[in-house]
Amino acid sequence: MMDAVPTQIQPALTIEHITVHFGGLVAISDMNFVVNEGEVVSLIGPNGAGKTTAFNVITGFLQPSHGHVSYRGASLNNLKPHEVTSLGLARTFQRTSVFQSVSVFENVMIGLHRRGRSRLWDTLLALPREHESERELNERAGEVLALVGIERRSRELAGSLSYGDQRLLGVALALATDPSMLLLDEPVSGMNATETARFMRLLNRLRELGVTILLVEHDMPMVMGVSDRIVVLNYGKIIAEGPPAAIQGNPEVIRAYLGQGAKKRARD
Amino acid sequence: MKRLLPCIALLALASVPMWLKDPYLLNAFVTTGIFIIAAMSLNLLLGYTGQLSLAHVAFFGIGAYTSALVALGFDVELVGGIRVVHEPWPVWLGFVIAILVSGVCGYIVGKLSFRVRGAYFVIVTISFAEVVRLVALNWVELTQGPLALTSIPPLTLGLPGLGYFDFFSKQSNFYLVLGVVALSYVIINRLVNSRIGRAMVALKENEWLAVSVGIDVTRYLVLAAVVSAAIAGAAGSLYAHYLKIIDPDVFLFLYTVTMVIMVITGGKGTLAGPIVGGLIFGFIPVVARSFASPELQWILYGLFMILIVFLLPQGIVPAIEKWFGVGEEPREPGATKPKLQDVP
Repeated sequence: MMDAVPTQIQPALTIEHITVHFGGLVAISDMNFVVNEGEVVSLIGPNGAGKTTAFNVITGFLQPSHGHVSYRGASLNNLKPHEVTSLGLARTFQRTSVFQSVSVFENVMIGLHRRGRSRLWDTLLALPREHESERELNERAGEVLALVGIERRSRELAGSLSYGDQRLLGVALALATDPSMLLLDEPVSGMNATETARFMRLLNRLRELGVTILLVEHDMPMVMGVSDRIVVLNYGKIIAEGPPAAIQGNPEVIRAYLGQGAKKRARD
Repeated sequence: MKRLLPCIALLALASVPMWLKDPYLLNAFVTTGIFIIAAMSLNLLLGYTGQLSLAHVAFFGIGAYTSALVALGFDVELVGGIRVVHEPWPVWLGFVIAILVSGVCGYIVGKLSFRVRGAYFVIVTISFAEVVRLVALNWVELTQGPLALTSIPPLTLGLPGLGYFDFFSKQSNFYLVLGVVALSYVIINRLVNSRIGRAMVALKENEWLAVSVGIDVTRYLVLAAVVSAAIAGAAGSLYAHYLKIIDPDVFLFLYTVTMVIMVITGGKGTLAGPIVGGLIFGFIPVVARSFASPELQWILYGLFMILIVFLLPQGIVPAIEKWFGVGEEPREPGATKPKLQDVP
């Protein structure tokens, strides 16, 4: 997260020939794309196109039938999700993804798990390292909450937050793992316009911090507004790839997903 | 408040043998205390990681048998004609070895059974408990089978400079058990209020999300199982040296159920829950016995349990915390404390 913005284009995440079968169903077939360092890339497409499946493959929740995923030169195939996280890739989930029955602050403390330095013995014997580590985590949790802008809610139970704030907390959890790349699965679904605008500001702030972002989202104004590039999926296949303007005018994308209204808007 | 209350409770309990001279009641305190230790260890798994282990009595029994056998010595012939002879060792060593052996069993069971969750996990743990019971029943050469291991010596402790203690009397056993309760409380308290405890709560709440923030779920489940089994083993060892006789009935499923009842009614996932629940369900039979016939005693036991579960589904301790408003106090750094002018 603290990495400087790279001066030249360097691939961060590389997806090569990924295929996923669920029994006889082909969820993704021969998917190839690259996300460069510091870039914001959106993955769009109709429901069931395989966007979330792609997320699950990248983050180790699902093993692909064929193909290869790598991040900053390290292969992600056969890694468990927590190992993928430790390489600097963090994700959010489509549905509510917070620990409901603990406070907002504790949620972020859980997210900071990997940053803790205390060992079992430090904890059991209350050695100085335990206190030091806890103090650091406390400080960092405050910073993360301030970054996403929900620090005033830190004492409340996560389950009692508004839907929009829960989504923000989900992002805070992912940010707590100190990622260099963030995968956001429909982060603004269910948010109202104000909340979405606030979320876009957060995305821009993260981009300034040098975090690479892969976004799955249906909110087209937002996708068009924040993305450097867009990858369009339909029935498990990539049907188009390019900057927002090119995607808006692409006839195949319009037919499969955006609809005729977008064509008219693109012409105007 | 949260620090003071356990200390007051400890002092109050420590005073019991000074005014309570009735050996029957004192005996009830000691056995209840032993089961409270076991319930506290179960709570670490059930309350904090959310995994219902019905193998707990197995760890308790393994602790009891290990400790007794180390202290008594044994002479068994294994398959292939290998003969293993063990001379009696000091009893305190039996206590330590019981903890280690139970912990190792917890590791093995954890490694094997945490591949599955929910009902499957429960079934694996029940099977383990049953297998261990059958071994204790049928490996007569080692365990004497249904004839029981008898004349188990009481726990003794020689401290340089302080003299020599033997835990033979009920009073001394009371303090021994109270000491182990306090120590287990401290260990569990430190664990659950740390990064490790947060990881456990996280995987109870939402395993996928816990994994996605980089928590190695299996590692923390196994860690919880090891600590939990080790503490249960300590309780088993105390049980063996207090009763001085153990038979395969220590593996009865009923004991596991008793521990689960203590944890659930007291409040799972709270530190004091198993202690409160344990005291109540340890003493209901004792109190009921003074005025009710045996059949009625168990009916009362069941009624009381149903009543608590219906009226206080979260358990007694969380309900009390709610009434007095001393519940969870989420920690917070000074830097992010909301200031008055910040509030819109």
